[in-house]
Formats: sequence, structure tokens, C-alpha cells
Amino acid sequence: MTTVDGNGAATVPVLSAHRVVKTFGQVRALRGASFEAYPGEVTALVGDNGAGKSTLIKILAGALPPDEGEVRVDGELVRFANPHDAKDRGIETVYQDLALAPDLDAPANVFLGREIRRFRYLHNHAEMRRRTAAAFRELGVGLVQDMRAPVAAFSGGQKQSVAIARAAMWASKVIIMDEPTAALGVIQTEKVLDLIKRVRDRGIAVVFISHNLPEVLQVADRIEVLRLGSRVARFRRGESDVDRLIAAISGAYTNEEEVTAA
Amino acid sequence: MSTETEPATVAAEEVTPHREPVLRTVVRNPTVVTFAVLVVIILGFTVAEPSLFFQGDNFLQIAQNVAILTVVSVGTTFVIITAGVDLSIPAGIVLGEVFSVKALAMVGGLDADADATNAGYILAALAGGVLAGLVIGGINGLVVAYLRVPPLLATLGTLGAGLGMALVLQKGVNTATYALDPVGHGHLVPGVPNLIWIGLIAVVAGFVLLHMAVFGRHTYAIGSNPESARRAGINVERHLLKVYLIGGLTSGIAGFLSVSYFSTTSIGGHSTDNLQAITAVALGGTSLFGGIGSIIGTLIGVWIPAILNNGLVITGVQPYWQQVAVGFVLIAAVWFDQLRRRSRDRF
Repeated sequence: MTTVDGNGAATVPVLSAHRVVKTFGQVRALRGASFEAYPGEVTALVGDNGAGKSTLIKILAGALPPDEGEVRVDGELVRFANPHDAKDRGIETVYQDLALAPDLDAPANVFLGREIRRFRYLHNHAEMRRRTAAAFRELGVGLVQDMRAPVAAFSGGQKQSVAIARAAMWASKVIIMDEPTAALGVIQTEKVLDLIKRVRDRGIAVVFISHNLPEVLQVADRIEVLRLGSRVARFRRGESDVDRLIAAISGAYTNEEEVTAA
Repeated sequence: MSTETEPATVAAEEVTPHREPVLRTVVRNPTVVTFAVLVVIILGFTVAEPSLFFQGDNFLQIAQNVAILTVVSVGTTFVIITAGVDLSIPAGIVLGEVFSVKALAMVGGLDADADATNAGYILAALAGGVLAGLVIGGINGLVVAYLRVPPLLATLGTLGAGLGMALVLQKGVNTATYALDPVGHGHLVPGVPNLIWIGLIAVVAGFVLLHMAVFGRHTYAIGSNPESARRAGINVERHLLKVYLIGGLTSGIAGFLSVSYFSTTSIGGHSTDNLQAITAVALGGTSLFGGIGSIIGTLIGVWIPAILNNGLVITGVQPYWQQVAVGFVLIAAVWFDQLRRRSRDRF
């Protein structure tokens, strides 16, 4: 499991999957897929539709159990029964459809299910608002002035920023994002990518799926390519370009020694 | 504290360059708009009949009249904020009445006069009403949350079943009792009928639970986006069950209060209480699509039809116009709610 990073130092991946198999009826979504994410790095997971990206991410997030294979956190074997087990391990997930409550304001969303309480049953909204504002400021999310507006009034990029900031506030180790920029315009995408970098700079491992290869090359420290349910290539920053990524995604290129036979 | 109730005062706390103007924020707040409507109605009747309408006694009388509806509407507010609805309110009330008198009969207090009654009798009757409410609310909650039957039909079912059960238990005959008169007609505080205090307690309890407690926060979240609540670790089904239990509980207590006030069960009555409660909640700015609403709004929504009715009687207009007016005001309120959502939501 231990690999040698760019500086020659051995690093244990904070989150990893080893030879994971997942079958849905007749469909073999994952056929021995492996994956590693390291602290303080953005790891992009790319692949064609049906390559198994979403399935793999759900397994890493605890939303699906693997049929075979291992998931490890800091090298320790784990079995997530549900996403809360993963959250307890410091792994937060930002889903494609955001999962915000549109009628609640940003602090209420950020603290939903983990409210700061007083007198046991009451919530301390003022304190939640203060902490949310502080965290947003620290992450450079420019929504501090809208702390009282329902998030339904926010633009798509602002909503995505709230969702990512929420994950960043609670994740101690890993944030997993499923296509965080898929529905966003150019400027909003830049802001979200900046946010991803800032989260990474705090030492968190960021894992994200994207179909936008220039964006992947811009922001990812490492890129892992899935094809037909297994990993076919890994690149460090600067080792790849769009053409090579496309070649890997379409099966014309591989740098994995042991691609599991289908 | 929720932003719904006091946007103007809290907005000053964090000074920001490009906030919405305070006036627009206030007008967008449904509770403020509804309150303005109530004030206009009161002003209108005051101008028309100052000597009769704008009197402390008159308002006390109205407050007593709406007390039972207030209790029910507080529970209904929770249900509607989850994007649900509770049509079974009349069943909860009637069963609450029946269980109250059955409990009274069990402890031997059914035939006690108003002066011969005691706290034990009253508590027994209250326990009966509470039990009836929890039974029907529990069934509603289980069917809606766990069997995933749409609330409109689930509670339509328990409405019919509950009303039928009440007739079966009573063999179709009402039971009279004066043992609860101290509750329905007493004045623990001189000059202020007990029912008013009970309505007030329901409002305060509902306010704390909805706006200040984590429970209320989760209620809004479930009404807003159940999937987000689920992913945030909230047990959505269990929470919905609790919400319907609250709805049933307030109906059952209303049944107990109804026996106290009318000194008899009314197993054929209360048939439009569900619509009255839903009307009050919707008038108060609570969204039938869930996620938005307030207890203070509901309180105002209870008062608008009551004031209209009272004012029309006093001014000598046929009071039946109240139903006509409330019907159209309700449609307008729901329409405003939709407009507000459309102008707010961005994609």
C-alpha cells in the first residue's frame, strides 16, 4: 500500500481502495478497482461514463458496501456500514445534487444534524452563524453577508460553495466530491476550484470526479483513470496532458502493471 | 431565534453593503404581510362600529372562541411545514372527546357537577384526550413515514376510520358531562377565561419547539429537502412520526377542551375543523410545499377569520360573508407563497 511520493518519502494514503469488486445484478461496475488519496493532495478520478467512478466514490464514502476488496483509512482496514461511519472517520462527501435544504440559511445547512445546542434541546443559532461566518471567511467563500438568506436564493456556484465549505468544516481527513463543477459557469467554476485548492492546502485530501479534463489537469495533484471498473493509469501533476488522458480513458494507454482481467 | 419573525431588528447586526432594503425584506416576510391584513381588518371594523367592536370584552370573547382552534393549528403548523397535511383533525378531536368522557366514566366523574368535580377527574379526562390524539397521530405517522402513503390520503383514511370509531364507541349517542366545566368556563385568573391561557400555552410551546429547538430545525429541513435531512444524519421517518404525533396530540387535547367548553361530546360535529386549521396555517404564511412557516403566522391566521366573523355580525352584515372572504383570502395567500418562491429561487 505504501508508495513513494515525489520527494522520495514514503507516504501512507489517507484513503485507499484495493481490488474492490461491486456487482449490480448482471452489471459488474467495479472489477478489482484500486485507488489512493493522499493528505494535502487533490486526486482527480476520471473515466468514461460507466467506468465505475460514482460506484467507487460511493464505496469510499460509505454509501455502498464493496462485494470484495478492501477500503483503508490511514492504512487501517475499515468497513463502513453507512456514510456516518465514514463521517466519523473524517470523510465528508459533497454529492452532485448538493443535498442542501433550500429553505434554510447557510449556517442551518452547515450545522444540519450537528447543531450546536444549549439546554440540550434548543439550538444556538447565533453561535452557529458566527462559526459559519468565520469558516467561510477563512475559506474565502464570499457569502458572509448572506448568512440569513435561504440558500435557495443563492446562485449555483454559491450553493456549491456552501456545500463544499460545509464538508470542509467537518472533514478532518478527506473530502469526496462528485462533479463539483458540472453545472457551473466559468467564473463560478474558477471560484469552486480555488476553494478546492484552499481546502487541500489545509492538509485535507480532496477526491473529485470530473469530466472536464483541462480542469482536472489544472487543479489535480494526482489523476487516477478508471476504465471498465478497474484502474488503468495514474499520473502525477505534469506527467499527463489531455491527449494522454483521453488515451487512458478510451483504453489506448495504460501505465498500470497489473490491470485486473475482466 | 428564527429569521422569519424579526428580520428588521437582526439585519442591523451585521452591516453589509449590498443587502436587500429592509422594507423589501419585511414585505417579503409572509408573517408581516398577514399581520398587516389583520390590522387593516381590525381598523376597518373599528371605524365602522367603534363602540361595539373595539372593546376589550369583545377581544376576550374572540380569544376564547378561537382557543381550541389555536391549539389544533399549532400542531397542524408542524405537519404542514414537513410538506404534509392532516385531514384527520376532526377524528382526533371527536375521539379525544369520546376518550375524555370514557376516562371520566372510568374514574366515576362523569356525573359530577361543576362544583363537585376535582383535579383527578379533569386529569383523567385530559389523559383520555391525549391518548386518543396519540393513537390517531401515531397511526398517521406510521402510515405516512414508514408505509409512505401520501399524507392527504393517509389522513383522509384515519379521518373516516376515527369518526366511525367514535360513533361505534358511543353507539351513535352523545355523552353530556359538567365535570369539566371549570376548564371550559373557569377563570383561574379573574377576567381571563382559562381557555385563553391554554391557547397561549400551546402557542408558546409551539414557538419554542418550532423556532428555538433542534426539533423544529429538523422539521424545516425535512419539509425543505428530506434527502438533505437524511444525509445529514436525521432519522427522517422517526421525525415525521413525531410530527404527526404532535398533530394528533393537539387534536386530542382539543377534543378534551371541546367537551370542557360545550359540556358534551359532539360526535357529529367538528367536520370542518381540519379545513379551518389548514386555512389558518396557510393564511399565516406557512407553505403547503413545506420548509417555511411560523407559529406567530398561524396565530394571526386563526384570528383573521374569527375577527371577520365577529366584525360582520357586529356591523350587521350577514356573517356568511366571512366564509366567502376567507376562501378568497386563502387562495390569495397561497398564490403569494408561490410568487415569493418563484422570485426567490435561483437555479
